[in-house]
Amino acid sequence: MKLDMKPAGTAPATKTGADVLVDALVEQQVDTIFGYPGGAVLPIYDALYRSEADFQHILTRHEQGAIHAAEGYARVKRKTGVVLATSGPGATNLITGIADAMMDSLPLVVLTGQVATTVTGTDAFQEADVMGITTPITKHNYQVQSAYELPKIIKEAFHIASTGRPGPVVVDIPKDISANPCFDTDESPFHLPGYQPTINPNPLQIKKLAEAVKQAKKPLVLTGAGVLHGGATDVLLDIINEYRIPVTSTLLGLGAFPADHEMFLGMAGMHGTYTSNMAITDCDLLINVGARFDDRLTGNLEHFAKNAVVAHIDIDPAEIGKNVPTHIPVVSDSGAALKELKRQLKEGPDHQAWLDELKQSSKDYPLWYNTPKEGMVAQWAIKEIHEKTKGDPIVTTDVGQHQMWAAQFFHFRRPDRWVTSGGLGTMGFGFPAAVGCQLAEPEERVIALVGDGGFQMTLQELSVVQERNLPVKIVILNNQALGMVRQWQEEFYEERYSESIVGCQPDFVKLADSYGIQGYKFETREEFESQIGELMNNDQPVLIDARVIQQENVFPMVPPGRGINDMVGVKP
Amino acid sequence: MKRIVTLVVQNRSGVLNRVTGLMHKRQFNIESISVGRTEQEGISKMTFVVDVEDHRKMEQLTKQLNKQIDVIKVTDLSDKAVVARELAMIKIVANPGTRNEIQGIIEPFRASVIDVSKDSLSVQVTGKPDKIEALIDLLRPYGIKDIARTGLTAFSRGHQPQAAELTQYSLLK
Repeated sequence: MKLDMKPAGTAPATKTGADVLVDALVEQQVDTIFGYPGGAVLPIYDALYRSEADFQHILTRHEQGAIHAAEGYARVKRKTGVVLATSGPGATNLITGIADAMMDSLPLVVLTGQVATTVTGTDAFQEADVMGITTPITKHNYQVQSAYELPKIIKEAFHIASTGRPGPVVVDIPKDISANPCFDTDESPFHLPGYQPTINPNPLQIKKLAEAVKQAKKPLVLTGAGVLHGGATDVLLDIINEYRIPVTSTLLGLGAFPADHEMFLGMAGMHGTYTSNMAITDCDLLINVGARFDDRLTGNLEHFAKNAVVAHIDIDPAEIGKNVPTHIPVVSDSGAALKELKRQLKEGPDHQAWLDELKQSSKDYPLWYNTPKEGMVAQWAIKEIHEKTKGDPIVTTDVGQHQMWAAQFFHFRRPDRWVTSGGLGTMGFGFPAAVGCQLAEPEERVIALVGDGGFQMTLQELSVVQERNLPVKIVILNNQALGMVRQWQEEFYEERYSESIVGCQPDFVKLADSYGIQGYKFETREEFESQIGELMNNDQPVLIDARVIQQENVFPMVPPGRGINDMVGVKP
Repeated sequence: MKRIVTLVVQNRSGVLNRVTGLMHKRQFNIESISVGRTEQEGISKMTFVVDVEDHRKMEQLTKQLNKQIDVIKVTDLSDKAVVARELAMIKIVANPGTRNEIQGIIEPFRASVIDVSKDSLSVQVTGKPDKIEALIDLLRPYGIKDIARTGLTAFSRGHQPQAAELTQYSLLK
């Protein structure tokens, strides 16, 4: 680590376990670590301080910020994110992020300190059973038993995190192991007999799929995040261009297929487009590429794709048939499967009537929002940002109304531009994730679209923006409410707004100012419209408090428990 | 329906927790567990009897178990010809007057007396769960003081019959 104020310290003659760890990280070509120091990781932070290796440590102001930043980094860079925190509270502050990464299949290696092996199990100071706590929310976890095995564990951890279906791997490191000298290490190659992901598809299954495509009258492709993980975006585009199959997407699959393509129907699911949901309901062939048929996509399973032959390409066999009965299962990396499909497809479907029908539907049922006489709605603001940034920045969000509106109105044309907490639905994800994205892609424009509720959960990371002068654009779509909670209370709880209207909040402009960041408050469309282009495109960090109308709801909507063909708010 | 699942796993700390935690998270009900080492160094075998709703749930369980890095192999033995055994130790109220009578009861079960005291008798029995249940039922009138059961352990028979003759071998139907 390069530090400006580094004194000419003397390194100990023998390597410690922590030095071995740092060497192992360097070997994995780690360039950024997101972390926060503490007692049990003092030896590791000392080794980082002494290390000559060329990587940066990002000191976030809370461990949750560190792990969300690492998630953002991993998402846009398609590289394993690395997090370092101390034992006990350091580790437990990471739990939300670990669970988030597990649900959204993001590759992370999470290093946690642990109390020394001599006191493990005695309820020592800052001891928590990290292995026990993280077992159900990690792809795998390790507690290091000796420095000898450290290099091998780190190799395994990076391999497991980044291959197959990606996910978080926790490595728990007791303090005595990192502190004590290490004289011998296990450098033998690792062997994981219980972990052999299937990368290549069974050609016979692809043959069946190709045959089904040929036979289909109403084919439809559903893209999930698996398309991005498998690097399948180009081959998917080739197939769609050639055979003209309509495409819909899950929330996390946005960007896997260009949103401005004539075959794209928009997102499907609870707040998807009417045309997408009806296409799923009516199609006779549904090709799911790397999506997991999450309940927010499927709605009531009884009504989901009733008329369709379902093909499901997924690298995780456990996802196939989990929620939706599948006729053509393909266990494979999405890229490999689609390449094989492209090779085997000789003839496309005869489906002009279907295309005409969907085109008409898209025309008849576009997404809509209210345009009030005064003030602005969040959808309009998002659309405005989209236009003024030519639709190409990296966008992060929290969960809730603003997330759904961003998914509806921000049209991603390229992969890895869209960073959102889908599976776990984590408030406070968007802003620290944007910090991670900006560090991963310093040249790219990064916009955190957040709600006033979510932003207040992790706003301490403004310090990192200030410290590193990261040109992150924070747009708070401020409706002074927990919008989605408020919407559900309006729709399903007879307008009893229990604890969802939050009028008392800081002056966000002054808050930004206190961190040395330019802050702006916009209450009218005119103010917003006239300045947003400049503010989004300059090279400074910017915070915008955009006051949006509280009563605006996300539509269309599938009410809970209904089929996705049963939408409300389809038209104004 | 009850299913017998065996797992070949890496013998590492926390692996049992990993497997039972997974079953708990996915809401599978465990009837019994037995765990022991195998002929291979560092490899253990677990035998679970689980109660699942249907074949789809069962498929989901085997897939989820297979995803665990420390799980090397998952086998659903339920539809195979298997040899399955359980061991139980039963402590019964017994006095000099009833000891012979009890001896007569346990003999056809090939159970053996493993401990005798002034007012109790302990027997050990091995077999399929229904055999053990039957013996327990017969001994209950004497007063059962304690029972310890190992849970089922199983593997497939050397010869696998064709589907038609399977039912007579099957254990849990």
